Amino acid sequence: MIANYGYKDGSGEYYISIDTDKCISCSAGHACLTACPKSMFETITDDYDDEVTWVKKPNCRTLAYDCADCKPSAGYTSLPCMTACTPGAIKHSW
Amino acid sequence: MNAEVKADTLPEKKEFWRWQENVWIDETKDWKTAKIITCGIDVGSVSSQAVLVVDGELYGFNSMRTGNNSPDSAKNALQGVMDKCGMKLEDIHFVVGTGYGRVNVPFAHKAITEIACHARGANYMGGNGVRTILDMGGQDCKAIHCDDKGKVTNFLMNDKCAAGTGRGMEVISDLMQIPIAELGPRSFDIDSDVEAVSSVCVVFAKSEALGLLKAGYTKNKVIAAYCQAMAERVVSLLERIGVEEGFFITGGIAKNPGVVKRIEKLLGIKAMDTKIDSQIAGALGAALFGYTLQSKKAAA
Repeated sequence: MIANYGYKDGSGEYYISIDTDKCISCSAGHACLTACPKSMFETITDDYDDEVTWVKKPNCRTLAYDCADCKPSAGYTSLPCMTACTPGAIKHSW
Repeated sequence: MNAEVKADTLPEKKEFWRWQENVWIDETKDWKTAKIITCGIDVGSVSSQAVLVVDGELYGFNSMRTGNNSPDSAKNALQGVMDKCGMKLEDIHFVVGTGYGRVNVPFAHKAITEIACHARGANYMGGNGVRTILDMGGQDCKAIHCDDKGKVTNFLMNDKCAAGTGRGMEVISDLMQIPIAELGPRSFDIDSDVEAVSSVCVVFAKSEALGLLKAGYTKNKVIAAYCQAMAERVVSLLERIGVEEGFFITGGIAKNPGVVKRIEKLLGIKAMDTKIDSQIAGALGAALFGYTLQSKKAAA
């Protein structure tokens, strides 16, 4: 399942997509949980009883601000969450 | 000096936004002979529904406005449908809560997100050909892809603002002083197509609508402009995950042809029809999840 967390507003589209099929048997040991400086990710049991990662609810409405510190404008060349997620489950839309 | 206002001199407050609450029972079925009775309760931000499923088939539902606390809304919704058929809570084997108030359904055995429940409900209502679901809820909007069993394969939700939602339509209904059920048909009663209002933010759209009225627009034209804006807004949401054939709309806005026809026109796809109230999709899906879980429990 592709789960898109985030929003679209007048300034743009801000979504983090998580391919939960790659999360279920995460070979990286859910490294995204500790890689994110804002601790936005957490592991949950979804509606189909699979253990997957999602973006915490309060962060879903503030992604543009929460992720700003990790974007190229802040000096990063790659996003910590995407780098840590070696199965390639995490994507940013912006 | 404060002027004294007498209550009987105040103008009567009409609630143009108030939509039809419904209680329905399938009189051709007898729940007393059923092996498994399950219930789904969807406590949404604007409306609450309780759906009864007997042996995996829709039996009855109650759809009403959500009150100021979730547990009471859940109780009232369920009580309404149980009173209609003489059922008691003890007769129900499994209750699933869904919607934003799902964790506050006191008698629920399990809580499941509205995303999974809407997909499951739409699969029941539209058949296993349903692939893309647009849920236009009271205060959020969801675009969902599912497989032939109603399992979610992709979803996107926007709950940051009330634009493109039922609450937005209620505000416009009150502003125009036109009953909400008439907005859709009246949006087509215009001489020529109108541009969408530039903002779908409920607050700004309201200001813009007032500006259009002052500029000489008829009420119908203003409604058409708002319906068009709402359609454009949700289509942009849908396009993010893509639209596949087997397109189904759930939620209260599915009853508004002014928005639905405009969405269909923008997408170039016709939405699937159903005889079941589109507003109960979430609760229906929850009840069906309950049926599956109870069946497994009984078989174990």
